[in-house]
Parts: sequence; structure tokens; C-alpha cells
Amino acid sequence: MNFDDTPQEAAFRAQVRAWIDANAPKELEAELKQATFGNSGLTSGDPIALAKAWQKKKADAGWACLHWPPEYGGRGATPIERVIWGQEEGVYGSLGGLFIIGHGMCGPTLMAWASEEQKRKLLPPLASGEEVWCQLFSEPAGGSDLAGLRTRAERANDGTGDWIIRGQKIWTSGAQNSDYGILITRTDPDVPKHKGLTMFWLSMKSPGVEIRPIKQANGQSGFNEVFFTDVRIPDAQRLGAVGQGWTVSLTTLMNERLSIGSGMPTGFPELFDYCLNLQTEDGPAVDNPMVRSRLAQYAVKASGLKYTGMRAISALSKGETPGPENSIGKLVAGASMQELAMFALDLQGETGVINDPRHAQAAQKFQAMLLRSPATRVEGGTDEILRNIIAERVLGLPGDIRVDKDVPFKDIPTSGRG
Amino acid sequence: MNFDFSDEQKQLRDEARKFLADRCSPATVRVILEGPEPYDRALWKGLGEMGFLGAAIPEAYGGVGLGHLELCVIAEELGRANAPVPMASSIYLAAEALMLWGTEAQKTAWLPRLASGAAVGTLALGEGVGRVTERTIKAQMAGGKLSGVKMPVADGDVADVAVVAAREATGVSLYLVDLAGPGVSRETLETIDPTRSQARIIFDGAPAERLGEAGQGWRLASDLLDRAAVLMAFEQVGGSDRALEMARDYALERMAFGRQIGSFQAIKHMLADMYVAATLARSNAYYGAWALSTDSPELPVAAATARVSATQAYQHCAKNNIQVHGGMGFTWAFDCHLFYRRANALALALGSQTTWEDLLIERMRRRNDAPAAA
Ligand SMILES: Cc1cc2nc3c(=O)[nH]c(=O)nc-3n(C[C@H](O)[C@H](O)[C@H](O)COP(=O)(O)OP(=O)(O)OC[C@H]3O[C@@H](n4cnc5c(N)ncnc54)[C@H](O)[C@@H]3O)c2cc1C
Repeated sequence: MNFDDTPQEAAFRAQVRAWIDANAPKELEAELKQATFGNSGLTSGDPIALAKAWQKKKADAGWACLHWPPEYGGRGATPIERVIWGQEEGVYGSLGGLFIIGHGMCGPTLMAWASEEQKRKLLPPLASGEEVWCQLFSEPAGGSDLAGLRTRAERANDGTGDWIIRGQKIWTSGAQNSDYGILITRTDPDVPKHKGLTMFWLSMKSPGVEIRPIKQANGQSGFNEVFFTDVRIPDAQRLGAVGQGWTVSLTTLMNERLSIGSGMPTGFPELFDYCLNLQTEDGPAVDNPMVRSRLAQYAVKASGLKYTGMRAISALSKGETPGPENSIGKLVAGASMQELAMFALDLQGETGVINDPRHAQAAQKFQAMLLRSPATRVEGGTDEILRNIIAERVLGLPGDIRVDKDVPFKDIPTSGRG
Repeated sequence: MNFDFSDEQKQLRDEARKFLADRCSPATVRVILEGPEPYDRALWKGLGEMGFLGAAIPEAYGGVGLGHLELCVIAEELGRANAPVPMASSIYLAAEALMLWGTEAQKTAWLPRLASGAAVGTLALGEGVGRVTERTIKAQMAGGKLSGVKMPVADGDVADVAVVAAREATGVSLYLVDLAGPGVSRETLETIDPTRSQARIIFDGAPAERLGEAGQGWRLASDLLDRAAVLMAFEQVGGSDRALEMARDYALERMAFGRQIGSFQAIKHMLADMYVAATLARSNAYYGAWALSTDSPELPVAAATARVSATQAYQHCAKNNIQVHGGMGFTWAFDCHLFYRRANALALALGSQTTWEDLLIERMRRRNDAPAAA
């Protein structure tokens, strides 16, 4: 048990710190600190261009996706080195939001399933941020029930072996900014649902791909509908065997939980800071016993998550594979941020309702958290699905009764009413 | 950075688990629960012989000279087994205080006997209902004699020696009192957890020697409670895990509506939440263990964090363990209530949850005000 750096880790940290100090876009620091949950806070330039510029600079110096092998755009860093990088990158790390899905999910999926030639071609520009990727999984018919998807892939009948895609995805984060996507489709509706799926990657510029932003409940438009009208994909862009799409998707989803779950913001540091400074009739809010009790409850969740993440990294360093226990990160962070935001607004009394940048400078963060946090409890596996995963795969409880499990996909009922 | 116990420490855990499986079955815990004995003397002796009591006590004083990480590992196992022994009082508190502040003579007199289990020690701090603060310490020290009433004193009915907080001209100090000496009378109190006893001790001119710096008693007691809180958190983590396992096993075994109750999502999700609480508590306890073992300046925050999280987890797991067991869970015959009792007793030992929540935030605030470390 040693929470301090070893000499090698300290040397690595010094190297990282020196490079960041010399190269980080310091002119953005103040703006980035004003970021609210779900919004980069950047106003002095195009957020996408700024994000790409920082990512490219990191990549040129070997600091992009540093835990990836060098031949795919990384530097073969250890899990602990990656943590150190994250700690030192600090506020500039929030510039990387655009790449989370590409680096956290698409990259690892390609690494596991693409051909060597494709990996050498696709991964370096993905790492450097020159090419942005999205994840085309969820559909109107189901997000939790991913295997119930309906987007069809059929062989072109022109002998090319190409696939023709027809259907629709939904909730695709960042599709409007993406160059490529990984796409899960149904290739065989005559077998039970998990067995008839196949995974591909494709260019988002392919003819027949249409992207329509969706206005979110918090007013922003991070996610999209994506329509496929006779989109042609060469067979070489298939990931895994025909019918093996479900297994391939598990690679993505496992990595999704690792990358979304570890180091998730809980909002606690912001709330603590706010309570130190908020003046009430009886002095700073932090002096109030009721406030302290609530703060303490959030504090132990935040630190428990942090050290649970670190324990997972220690396990990873010893060569253990990250397992379903990583589901805990998002489950705790999402719910706790939502409650914490409500508490912060409550402390503001009736002004808690004000979300006006001219009058609510410091507090606006919590209004943004309040409005964004419901999404955290849904995206990448809902709270309920995560609890199922923990119950079944960590604790060994029975799976839910699945009435559609052995039924050919085409015979599964599609509406709950009549 | 490495956020895990070493292989040797894990081996020690396996050894302790095996020993306790043999010597501290639920049936033996029930002997203490239901009988006149205040604690399991045979088990206590065995723990001494195994070197578990003396794990963090130096060899020069009859201990094994390992360290606090090893003691954390042992504490977790004692918590899992619900061991009915005065470990916290004697080892986390009394032995710890002697190691930190005892004179050579005091250490030589008591540490070897605490390490072997031949003697039991405790801390006598509080004097009545409510949060214990410096102001609530009314016991008086005059002319080398201590007078006052302490309640509750954990294991105070069986202890041979107590570290007692009392007032003198210089303020509150800690004193060492041989409880077999004159001027000490005590009574055993009934509690919500009869597997760990509590007493009221009346000191009436009991001879006492000062332990540690004069007038610094409250600060010393706080430091002592921090260290004990980390160890106690491991007991609570062990108890949480065991309560979760019991609930899981029952959920797999019990049938209702033609299926295992563990296949109902309400039950699955309850168990998942127990797992979450226990996992967060474990991670926070590791942070505390590291701070304790390295005497880190982080210890006050780490200890309060570990404590608050562990109390939450154990209460959560123990109460839902009963819920999963249904009517069976509310019988005397099933073991669920042993963990429920222990969880709620430990939640109060060393200070209540609201006290520790308050301490945690106060300390985070102080850390925040302190100039950043160089
Ligand atoms: C901000 C945001 C970004 C997203 N980005 C992406 C993306 O980039 N790519 C992508 O593919 N998808 C994305 N998603 C989609 C997300 O993965 C799905 O919304 C999610 O998996 C839930 O699916 P659903 O919306 O169909 O809800 P449903 O599955 O219909 O769920 C509705 C409710 O039913 C519950 N429920 C469903 N099944 C069960 C069950 N078996 N047991 C108990 N309860 C159940 C759910 O927990 C939920 O409360 C995003 C979503 C959000 C909110």
C-alpha cells in the first residue's frame, strides 16, 4: 500500500509537468475553469478547433493516448503513468471531451478486432484527434436492449461482397463532428436477437448517411439521430465475424464503463468550494452542521470513487483485466452529482432558480449540473442496467427472465400496448 | 503508487480468516450473546498466541513488530467474524496510546501483557449522553488521585488498565489507571450488542499516572481516536462484506413465486447497492490504512473519511441483510441480527456518525486553508 509516487513515477511526473508547463494553452486556463458540466466553457475560439489543436500538440510530443502501443499512436505507458498524466493535465484535460468516445471505446474495439493494416492506418489519427469517431449503437427501439436493434446490413447482390445498410441510430454523441463511426447492425433476423448481429466501421461522410442533431433536455445538442439510406460498406470494414457483433460490442461496452466510470466528476470539489465561500446570516455555509453532514456524505462518495478507481488501476498494473466491478463509477457519480446539484440550489434559497450568467456567476455550475446529470444516469448503461450487471456478474445472482431470448428476432413483439 | 495490500499481508489475512473460521463460528459468538461471559476468553488468548493482538506492537514489548497495515488486515477479519473480543479497546486504543506516549516503565508494565492478551486495556473518555468534547470532561485529578464517572467505557467491566481523560490545573490530560487498584468501582451495562460489553466506571480517588503531555489530553485523545477509527473502519468493512455475502447466499437459496428471490430485480438492486456501499468503504479504508501506516499529515482527513464511509456501509448492509431474509431475518435464531447489532454499536463507538461528519468537513476546511505543501 503506497499512495505516493515511486522514484520512477516521480521522475515521470516531473517530465509530464515540465512538458505541460511549456506547452499547455495557458491562455485558455481561466475559461476552462469556468466550464460547467456539459459545456467546455470556451468562448474565445471554436471549441472544436481548440480541442483538436491541443490533442495534436500532445500527439506530436507522444502524449496522446499514452497507454496505447507506439505503433498505434501512443507511447506504451503503464496504467499508473496514464493516471499521473491525467492528474497533471488537470484543467486542460477537459479539452479532450470531443475524443472520449473515440479514445475510450472505438479505439479499444478497433485494437481488438481490426486487421493489423487497418489498425496502423486508423488508430494514429484517432489518437492525435485529427479524426474523430462516434459510436453508432443505440436505436429508437432500444438502448438498454441493445441487441434488439433493427438497422439492417445486407450483402449487395452485385458480387462485391459489400454490405448495404438501412436503418436509423439515435443518441449518437458527437456524430455531427465525427469522421468515422463503429456501427452495429442486424445481419440475420431469423435467429435469436443476440446471434444475428454484425459490427462494422464506416466513414461518416459515406453517401446515404444523414445526421440530424437532437435538442437535449438541457438545451444543448450533443447527440444526434443518424439515418442510413442504402449506405455501402466494404466487407473489409467488418469487425469480427458475421453474426459475432454482440461479442464485439461487449469489448466496446466494457471499455465504455472503464473510461466513463473512472475519474467521473461528482461535483464535490465545486460544492465544497462553494460552501466555503457562501455567506449566510450565521457565517459561511460550511459552518452549518446540516451542511457539514451533507458535505461529508458527498465527500466520502467522491473519495471512495477516486480510490476505487485507483485500486482498479493497481489491479490493471498487475495484469488483471478490468471487470464488471467498474460499473460502480458511473452509477455512484451520476446519482451523487444529481443530488448534490439539488442541494447546492437549495442552499441558494429562491435564487437557486436563477441561471443567468449576469447574476449567478459562481452558482451557475450547479444549475448546469442539475440539468445535465439526468443524462449521466442514462448514457452508457442506465443505473438499472448497471445494478443488474453488478448483481449478476459480480455477485452471481440469476439473470433476469428474458422472454425474447430464444425467439427468432423477427417474431419478438414490438409494442407494449395492444 | 500501489493501492493494494502486499502478498504477505494477503497471506496474513488468509491465516486470520482460517483461524477465525475455526475458533469464532457464529455458534461461539452466540455463547457470548446469550451467556454471562462478557467476551470470549479462549478466543482472546488464541489471538494473542497467533500474534494477532501484538501485530503492531514492537518485539521489544512482546509484540510481533509488523505494523499497522497488518493490524488493518486482522481488524477486517475480526469484523467479518463478529468476534466477541475487546480488540478495539485493548489494542487500537490502550496499546496504541501506550506506544505513542507511554514512558519506558509504562510500556514495559503493560504492552507485553496487552500483546499476549493476558491483560485488557481500554479508553475512558465520555461521561454521559451526547457528543464528547473537551468541555464535557469533568473527571478531576488531584494529588495523583483521579475522581469522576465515565460512561460508557467499552469493555470497561473486564479491562485491567484504562487510559482516562481528566482535568487538572493545566487542563485536560490523559492518565493511566490500574483498574485493579483502589478507588475503582464498575458496573456492566446492558447494550444493543451484548457481544461487546460496556461499563460505567466510578473513580473515587484512584491512583493515576499521567500519560503524555500535561494539558494536551484532548488533542492526544483526538489523535488516538483517528488512529482507532481507521482500524475500526476495517472491522466495519469486514462486517459489511459478510452481511452482503449472507444476503447474497440467501437470495440464491430462497424460492418465492416459483423462482429464486435473487432473480427479482428489487432484491438484485438492493444487493448491488450494498456492494457499492461496501466497495466505496473499502477503498476509503485503504486510504486511511496508508495514512495511518505512514503517519501522513493526511491522517485526520483520511481517518474521518474511512470512518464515515465504513459506518454508512455497515449500517446499510446489515439492515438490508435482514430485509433480504424476510421474516427469518427477524428471528433470534438467524445470525442477521448479530451483524445488525454490531453495525449499529460500531457506528457509535469512537463517536457518532454526525460527529465524524463534522470532523471530516472541519479538517478538509483546515487543509484547504493551510498553505499548499512545498
Ligand atoms: C447524453 C447521452 C449520450 C448518449 N450517447 C450515445 C452514443 O454516443 N452512442 C450510443 O449508441 N448511444 C448513446 N446514448 C444512448 C444510451 O446508451 C441509451 O439511452 C441508454 O442505454 C438507455 O437506452 P434507452 O434510451 O433506449 O432507454 P430504455 O432502454 O428504453 O430504458 C428506459 C427505462 O427502462 C429501464 N430498463 C430498461 N431495461 C431494463 C431492464 N432490463 N431492467 C430494468 N430496467 C430496465 C431503464 O433503466 C430506463 O430507466 C446516449 C444517451 C444519452 C442520454
